[in-house]
Formats: sequence, C-alpha cells, structure tokens
Amino acid sequence: MSLTIGVPRETVAGEKRVATVPEVVEKLIKLGFRVRVESGAGAAANFGDDAYQAAGAEVASGAADLYAGADMVFKVRAPTPDELALMKPGTTLVSFIWPAQNPELMQALAARKLTVLAMDALPRQLSRAQKMDALTSMASISGYRAVIEAANAFGRFFNGQITAAGKIPPARVFVAGAGVAGLAAIGTAANLGAVVRANDTRAEVADQVVSLGGQFVKVDYEEEGSGGGGYAKVMSEGFQQAQREMYAREAKDADIIITTALIPGKPAPKLITAEMVRSMKPGSVIVDMAAEQGGNCELTVPGEVVVRDGVTIIGYTDLASRLARQSSTLYSTNLLRLTEELCKTKDGVIDVNMEDDAIRGLTVIKDGAITWPAPPPKLPAAPPQAKPAAAAVPAKKSGHGHDAGEPASARSLAILFGVGAVLFWLIGAYAPASFLAHFTVFVLACFVGYMVIWNVTPSLHTPLMSVTNAISSIIAVGALIQIAPPLGADPEGRPGGLILGLAVLALTLTAVNMFGGFAVTRRMLAMFRK
Amino acid sequence: MPANLVAMAYVAAAILFILSLGGLSNPETSRRGNLYGIIGMTIAVLATVFGPRVTAAGYGWIVGAMLVGGSIGLYAARKVQMTQMPELVAIMHSLVGLAACLVGYASYVDTSIAYAGAEKTIHEIEIYLGVLIGAVTFSGSVIAWGKLSARIGGKPLLLPARHWLNLAGLIAVIWFGIRFVQAHEVADGMLPLVIMTVIALAFGVHMVMAIGGADMPVVVSMLNSYSGWAAAATGFMLSNDLLIVTGALVGSSGAILSYIMCRAMNRKFLNVIAGGFGTGEGASATAGAQPAGEVTAISAVETAELLRDAKNVIIVPGYGMAVAQAQHTVYEITKLLRDKGVNVRFGIHPVAGRMPGHMNVLLAEAKVPYDIVMEMDEINEDFPDTDVSMVIGANDIVNPAAEDDPASPIAGMPVLQVWKAKTSIVMKRSMASGYAGIDNPLFYKENNRMLFGDAKKMLEEVLAALKS
Repeated sequence: MSLTIGVPRETVAGEKRVATVPEVVEKLIKLGFRVRVESGAGAAANFGDDAYQAAGAEVASGAADLYAGADMVFKVRAPTPDELALMKPGTTLVSFIWPAQNPELMQALAARKLTVLAMDALPRQLSRAQKMDALTSMASISGYRAVIEAANAFGRFFNGQITAAGKIPPARVFVAGAGVAGLAAIGTAANLGAVVRANDTRAEVADQVVSLGGQFVKVDYEEEGSGGGGYAKVMSEGFQQAQREMYAREAKDADIIITTALIPGKPAPKLITAEMVRSMKPGSVIVDMAAEQGGNCELTVPGEVVVRDGVTIIGYTDLASRLARQSSTLYSTNLLRLTEELCKTKDGVIDVNMEDDAIRGLTVIKDGAITWPAPPPKLPAAPPQAKPAAAAVPAKKSGHGHDAGEPASARSLAILFGVGAVLFWLIGAYAPASFLAHFTVFVLACFVGYMVIWNVTPSLHTPLMSVTNAISSIIAVGALIQIAPPLGADPEGRPGGLILGLAVLALTLTAVNMFGGFAVTRRMLAMFRK
Repeated sequence: MPANLVAMAYVAAAILFILSLGGLSNPETSRRGNLYGIIGMTIAVLATVFGPRVTAAGYGWIVGAMLVGGSIGLYAARKVQMTQMPELVAIMHSLVGLAACLVGYASYVDTSIAYAGAEKTIHEIEIYLGVLIGAVTFSGSVIAWGKLSARIGGKPLLLPARHWLNLAGLIAVIWFGIRFVQAHEVADGMLPLVIMTVIALAFGVHMVMAIGGADMPVVVSMLNSYSGWAAAATGFMLSNDLLIVTGALVGSSGAILSYIMCRAMNRKFLNVIAGGFGTGEGASATAGAQPAGEVTAISAVETAELLRDAKNVIIVPGYGMAVAQAQHTVYEITKLLRDKGVNVRFGIHPVAGRMPGHMNVLLAEAKVPYDIVMEMDEINEDFPDTDVSMVIGANDIVNPAAEDDPASPIAGMPVLQVWKAKTSIVMKRSMASGYAGIDNPLFYKENNRMLFGDAKKMLEEVLAALKS
C-alpha cells in the first residue's frame, strides 16, 4: 500500500515557497508514492496547478481535503494551530520545526500522535546528510538575495569603472560571519565586482573566503571559535573587545555590511552598534540576515527596512522566500533526497529507521513520542571505522575465529564457544603444565592483537603491515639462542656445526627483514602529513 | 644478564610491540609506533644476546650475521621505489618464513635438550608445525612477489581438481606428521620432515598461484599473518614466551587485516584463500554481459578544459597511477586546480592498488594533504554533485557491473560510483581488461570519456594545457 504525500499551500503571511515542485513530484511518483497538491500551493513561486497535474499530482481543492487524504505532509513552515487541527493522527510531517524555540508546538504535534521530521534538526556534520541539508540550501539563497537587496538599496555601482564621465570606485562590502549564507554573499558580491572583506570567529574558514574572491579580516586575538555542528560559539570578553574594534574600523570604510552571525539557541550577537552605524557614509546599506534572531545590528527592525543616520538597514526575515522559485526547487530536492533515504525499497512505503544517524537526528517526534534532542551521532571523532561496517553488506560468518567486531548471531557465537570449550578441555586434559603456561600467553596475545588492530584506519594498512612484518623478525631470538648455547663442548651426537650454520643463516635472513622492515616503515610514515 | 632480568626485558619488549601496533592505527601516533617497535626489537635482541642462553663464543657470528643482513635490509629499504613497496613486503615475508624453517630444522637436530613422553610429542608437533607454516609462508611469499612484480602472470592458475589436490596434500602432511612424531631417532624422523617441507612448499606455490592479481592485497596481508604464526610456533618449540607473544600479535593482526579487506571487497575470506575468482571456476569472466559499444576518446587538452570548468573534481587513482609513477604529476594538477578554487578530492577504494593503503602511501609521498583523501564510503555519496571524476589507471574498483550485473564475478563488491558524476574520464593504456579479467561497462557509458595513453605522459600533457 503506497503512501500519499500531501503538499499544502503555506499559510504564514509572506511565505511564497512551496515544499514540492512539479519536477520533484515526478520523482516522488517514481519512488512509488502518490502526490496530492493543494490548489494554488505553488502559485506564489510560479508553479501553476496545471504544471503539478502534468507531473502526475492530483490537485486537492482545499486544505481540509488535502490533509484528510495525506499520509505524509511536506511543508516549509512549521504548521499553525489551524493546520495542525486538520492533520490526521499518524501522519508523517516533514517541515522546518525549530524544536528548541517552539516547545509548545512540539507538545501539540506530539499530542496529535504525529511522526515529525524536522529539517532543521539534521545532523549537518554527517557528509552523507549534506544532500538533505535544507538549512544550507536556504542559507545560500538568502546570502545571494541579501546582496541583491543591498544592491537595490545602494545608490552606486558595485564594480569599479573608469568611464568618460569619470572614475567610479568599487563598492566595499563587509560580510560578518562566513557560514553558508555569508559565503554565498561573498561570492555574489565579488562576482558583481565589489571589494569584499569578511570575518568569522572560526579561523579555518579563511581559505573558503579567499576561494570565493573575498579577503579575510582577522581579529587581533588568539582564540579558537569552532563550536559543534559547524556553528560558531560564544567568544571570550577579550576577544569580543578586539572584535568590536575591528568591526568599528571596517564599518567606517564599508559601503555595504552584510551580517550573518548566529549562535544556535541564543539571540544573535550585537556586532554593529548604533555608533558604528553613525560612522558609516550616508547612502551605505546594512543587510542584517540575523534579523529573525534579534539582529546583529542594534538598529535593526526585524522584517522591515529602516533608514537611520542616512544608512539603510534591511531587516528582512524572509530572504529565501523572496527567491521563491529557486528556494522551493532546492528545498524540494532536499526533501526528495530525504524521501529516498526513508524509502530505500522504492515501493512508496517509508521506514523511519532510528538506527540511521541522519534519520535519527531528523526525527523529533516518533508516533507521538518526543525523541528530540537526538544523541550526537558517533561520527566526527572517528569517521572511517563506523562507516565500512555499516555500508558493507554484512559478511557471512565463515566460522573463522577472527570475524567478530560486530555482534555475531547468537547461534554462531554459541558454536564458536562450544568448539573453543572442547579444544580447551582437550588441551587441559592431555598437555603438560609447561605447555599450558605458553598456551595461556599465546591465546592472550592473539586477543591483544585482535583488539589493537580492529580500529586501524585503512590509509595506514600498508605501514601497519610493514611494521608487523618487521616485528615478525623477532624470530631472530630463536636463531640467536641456537648459535652458541651454554653447553660447554658439544654433547654426544649434537651436530654443532650444522646447527650453527642453520642458525647463522636464519639470523642473517631475519636481520634483512628487521632492519629493512623498520627502515621502510619509517620512510613511509615520514610521508604522512596533513 | 641473569634469566629473570631477561624475562623482564622480554615483557618490556612485548609491551613495546603492542604499543607499536596500537600507535600505527592513527596517522598522528604512527611514527611513534614505529619507534616503539624499533626499541622493542633492540631490547629483545640485546637481552637474548647477553642472556644466559647465548655464550660469548657466538658473539662473532651474531655480529657478522646482523651486519650482513642489516646492511642488505637498509640498502633495500632505501633503494625501493614507493610503487614497489608491495613486492618488497612480500619478499621480506618470505625471509621470515625461510628463517622459521631453518630454526625448526636446527631445533630438531639439536639433541642437547632431551624431552620425554607428552612433552616430546608436543615439542615435535611444534617443530613440525613451525617448519610447515614457515615453508608455506616462504614459497607463497615468493610467488606473491613474482606476481606483484609482474614476473609471473596475474591471472589465477586453476589446476583441475585443485581443491582435491590441496586436500590430498593436507592428508599427506598429517600422515607424515604421525610418522614424524613416532620416529625415535633423529635420522628416522628426518625423511618425513623433509617430505612434508616439500609438500608445504608446493602447497604455498599452488595456493598463491590460484589467487587472482586483484586479491593480492589480501594475500600479502595473509602471508604477513602466516609469518607471525610461524614465529609463534617457533616460540613454542623453543619455550620462548616473547616469540609466542610477538608471533601471536603479528599473526592475529594479519588475519584481522585480511578479514577487514575481504569485507571491503564483499568477498568471503575462505573464497579468497581457496583461490580462483568467485565460485564459477572463472567461467563467468567471459560470460554474459559483453557491453560492447562505442567508447568516446578525449584528448589531454580537452581534459584540461573540462577540469578547468569544473567546480568539483574527484580523482580515483588505481594501480595504473602507481605503475606510471604519476602521483607527483597528479598532485601538481591538484594544486593548480585547488589554487583556482576547484574542489579537488581523492576517492580511495579500500583495495585500490596491490596492497592495502597502497594509494594513500603514494599520495602521501607526493605530499597530497591527507584531509582531501577520502575513503570510498565518505565520498561515494558525492559523485552526483561532481562535475568531473577522473579515474587514473583503475578499472575493477570503478566497474558498475559490480552493482548492476548479478552474474558478474565481482557482483556485490562495493565500487566507487564514478559514473554518477556529470562526466567521468578514464585514463588507460588501452582497452585491455583489469586484473580481474572482466570487461567494464563504464567505458561505454554516454558520459564517459577515455583518455588513452601512459598515465604519466597524459597527465603531464593535461598539466601543460592547464598552465597555458
């Protein structure tokens, strides 16, 4: 039984986006789903009902009709109480939710017995999850649009020109915060010909700023600002002081300032003070992309454009929605990628697999139970080892002693232990004590080797093999004790010369391996560098 | 040095070896790991030499043997090309195997230590096993070395009824083993021991000959494991705990490494060991999907243009890059493109090359920073967003038949999905098939371009075109 995906018209005032575009409708149908779209859902983003119909979707006449027939609902904005009232229990809702900021909404959603996937709760640090990262796609659109808004309000060219009518200097753009939105703004402004300078508390983004044609402005203070999940963290007082001085300098010179600084779960930091705004040239523009979280500029009015001291301050909170067609297309592609992950069988049925790190992170409510916040994914510390185990088709247990490391099935484990027990009993019953001592050492050493090796990074396999090879020349010890044992004269029948010859030859061979093996490992390892 | 001190020195050496292996599991600690290994080995050798079981009469021999062997080893280590690393490792394994054999024989003919009853039986079984494993390691490693250095053909040699041959060999080995243990005089036991050694040598040759070139990484690692078991058996034979511990460490780590690699290729460990490719006696290699069709060739200049216009590039290197010594040119191109803002990354298949981690070593040698070198699972998702994927001298690891064609001998092996990029470029000498001996439908895909020629020469042309 394939599920029906419902795509309602967004009811929040000013919201022009739609969660699914006709192009994606076709692909959803290929995955086995039925798709119903509310009449007029895509109108604000220039997708007509006929385009949806041509793509294979049914058009529902109104919201009530749509929600009643939907097993899954794709939305952009979190549902309003009115919308929520229309949803049937058991529906799977995919949308932006912001669970940390909206506790009452979470309660209401849970009370409705929904399963909710919040696009904003995606564990963004999983590289596998990037294709579903709607925050990134929306932020990059917003960054682009911010520059366009600024250009619109700014009374001059962006690029420098020398014309018959005189020389025009290029506009100076300063971007605060080089996240996705900031980087998009840097790239767009640089492409328009402006001189772009940018700052971020995370020093490692400097290269990215430069790669997009911007200059990175450092704060004269040593502190590392990377927080979790690709966001910045709150910085120390000393740092903030240095940062304020830098901003004051930049504000004085800049024609356009675009601010994108956000700290998760906190109001946006006030980077641009009223005094700095006063120091700017008349006609300058500030685009405050953090307006929704209170703004990076003290004078920002969220959602509005105001002029203070001759400086236009743009505080739009719907920059992505202002490029509705583009943002709808990207958002719906993100949703499509998510749907593919949910429906690996391509039969129109979803499986909200809580074992999957990405899906686990997204799922904030499962069957009416709040599952937010998700435990942090096990990833960044050690990416290589977790993944191969999950990705590879589970290997068949061959009964070979060394294939543990992932939980073996109870039965093969039982057989393994059984065989081991019989073996141990046989040895214990017949072998002499001196052998047992060695045997104990042997078994324990096998286990140590196993524990030590299991987590090695694949890139080090060759050096590892080379060093174990070198270590296996420990057999030299065996040859050494045969060369000249403390016997005095050779006892009767001991072919001393032959033994000496064999042992010296063996020692020579192992010495080749010993010195060669360590030297070659050293050579290899010397090359591994970041 | 009294015996107790020697025992303590051995404990220290064993701990250092464990630390050494542990250190090698992470690039940051790896150099220290190697150092631990060297220190451990030095302690072990010195403690033995100055311990109660070696008299001053042997010092001359020991110093001489160490000097000769050591200088050969150091010379080889300095001279070897990074691309020949797998061969070097293989031939070194053979030395350990041979040494284990020799020590076994020497221990057998040594009558100075008398055992009786169960102890004698166990001692003799230990000798027998030590020589057996040593001989298999020796001949197997020599063949692996031959295959890796292309002195012997890479195709698996499949004798008819090879499994029966192996079984017959095993039964013979057991039978001679019983004869050997029952023999009362050294002279009586010598004949079974020699016959067994010959069988073991033949078995080693046969085993590795039957394994295809593509599985060589697993074989090298497995032989590594064998050389460890040989050392452990020697340790039992000589009642030396250090040998047992170290041998077991090396043996189990090698076995696990082989297993990890098999899993990366989605092959069963036993299948690889039993040899041949798949279960179909190699027949499927030519059967079924012959995706004959048109391939589109491309010139170096056009390649450069594609690369220059791209935003995301993934380079997939294979053994061909190693053979052509092209890694430095690859890095030059990478640097140039990255300076232009192109996001260049490397996708490394777990079994690319002829040795696990082979590609990583080569790229590291060319100073490619390891944070743009990705593993298959990290990067496979990204191919759809990639403009150009460039395959340099790799074949089986990018073969879509592994995913699409259930009849393919490599079906189910995870591969790098280069064909999902907007354009894929395959750099190859000719249309010859890869080590697995199967055709590659990738070459006939619409978005694929073939750049024929020696990888290094072609890449240099691409580099020149990029610079102009």
